[in-house]
This record gives sequence, structure tokens and C-alpha cells, in this order.
Amino acid sequence: MLGKLDNHLRFNELALNLRSTRQSVLASNIANADTPNYKARDIDFNSALQNALNNTAATGTLATTAARHFPTPAPDGSTLADGTPLLYRGIVQGAVDGNTVEMDVERNQFADNGLRYEAGVTFINSQIKGLMTAIQGQ
Amino acid sequence: MSLFSIFNVSGSAMSAQSQRLNVVASNLANADSATSANGEAYRAKQVVFEATPSANNASTGVKVQQVIEDPSPMRQVYDPKSPLADENGYVTMPNVNVVDEMVNMLSASRSYQNNVETMNAAKSMLLKTLTIGQ
Repeated sequence: MLGKLDNHLRFNELALNLRSTRQSVLASNIANADTPNYKARDIDFNSALQNALNNTAATGTLATTAARHFPTPAPDGSTLADGTPLLYRGIVQGAVDGNTVEMDVERNQFADNGLRYEAGVTFINSQIKGLMTAIQGQ
Repeated sequence: MSLFSIFNVSGSAMSAQSQRLNVVASNLANADSATSANGEAYRAKQVVFEATPSANNASTGVKVQQVIEDPSPMRQVYDPKSPLADENGYVTMPNVNVVDEMVNMLSASRSYQNNVETMNAAKSMLLKTLTIGQ
């Protein structure tokens, strides 16, 4: 029973989680707008959500049981903790200091992502309301 | 919860930008300081920012890596009456470029405002999250 409730809310939970991660990536871009050689980064929300739903993203480490086994490579700067690839944003206007943060793009995406997060919260709220109605039968 | 890390990221950027503003203020204040405690004219200072990635890669803060002295040449002003003048009558004045510093000031204050906005947005998202299930 509880598993069914969990499955019912899973999609929106994953989406909210990814939205908040993306918000933090975008906030990092805004924070580093004046850092020399910083490259603006972002995640592809669509494929990241697909990966999370199919659970195909690589997580955890492989056990090495023999001396000649290769260890799992340590996470470098290219993926998030859950295995989502962290991409670089294309350069529109180059800067002399090597920084690729475009403040208008970042602010735009930040506002958009924040709004979609709040939409996700509204969806999950109405799902919970639906469940409450079913439970109480009123 | 990555929304909380936004507070750390924006907070680090705000403190870095305010440090930059502090350096700008001291440069502008000393734009005409021909001598100082060590007997030489004031040298302009500049901050160097550095990104500080976190372990999970999702959030990257900023810190001031170092404060450097501006290597540009000092300004020479002809003023034979000054007690600081050399044998040719020139006084070495600070290498503060006031126009540059004013631009720096505007840039720092705008970046600061941007990060305040970011923090406010994260706060309203967190407050909205707290209403889930109510």
C-alpha cells in the first residue's frame, strides 16, 4: 500500500529534486559571473529526468575483489553526485577573462526554473489532495 | 537538499563582491596618497576571484583567492615645490585609475544585487516547499 503511494508521488518528487539541483547549478553560475576562466554550466533537464525515471544513471562504486580490477573512476567535474552529466553552456559572446557566464541567459533560466519548481510543488500538492479525498471518502 | 546550498553559494559571492567593493573604496580613498607608512606612494590593489567547487559538483561558490598590487606604472606629476619631489621635480603618485575603479564599483554592486535576488528566490522556493501536503 505504502509502495503504491510512493510510486504515485515518485515522478513529481524526482522532478522537484532535479529542479532544485538545477537551481543550485544556475545560482553557481550567477555567483561566478566575475570569476576569471569560470565556464557556465547547466544540466539537460529532459534527459536527466528520463535517466532518473529509468534509474540508468551510474551511481555507487564497483567492488574490486582482485588486484587487477580497475577501480571505479572518482567523480570528476563532469557529473553530479547522482550521475547526471553536467554540461557546459555554449559561448554566445566571448570574454577576455575566459568567463562564459551570460547574465541575461542565467537570470532567465533561473526565473524559469524557479517557476517550474513552484508548479511542481502545486502538482504534488494536488496529488496529495486527491489521495486525501480517496482516503477520507468524503 | 540543494536549495539550501544556494544560500552558501550566494553568500560566498556576496562576501567576495563586498570585499571587492572594499578594495575599490580604499583605492578611491587613496587616489592621491603620495606617501604612506613605508615612504612610497600608495599602489592600487585588485582582488582575484576563484571558484570553489563543492564535492557534489552541483554548487560552486566564490572566494577571494588573493589581493594583488596593481603592476601598472605609477603616475608621475611635475610639482617641484613638493617635499616629495625628486631631483627633476617629479612626484610619484598612486597608480589608481579612477575611471576603472568607478566601473569596478558599479560591477561589484550589481553582482551583489544579483546574488541577493538569487537568495530571495531560493528562500521563496523553500517556503513554498514547506507548504507541501498542507
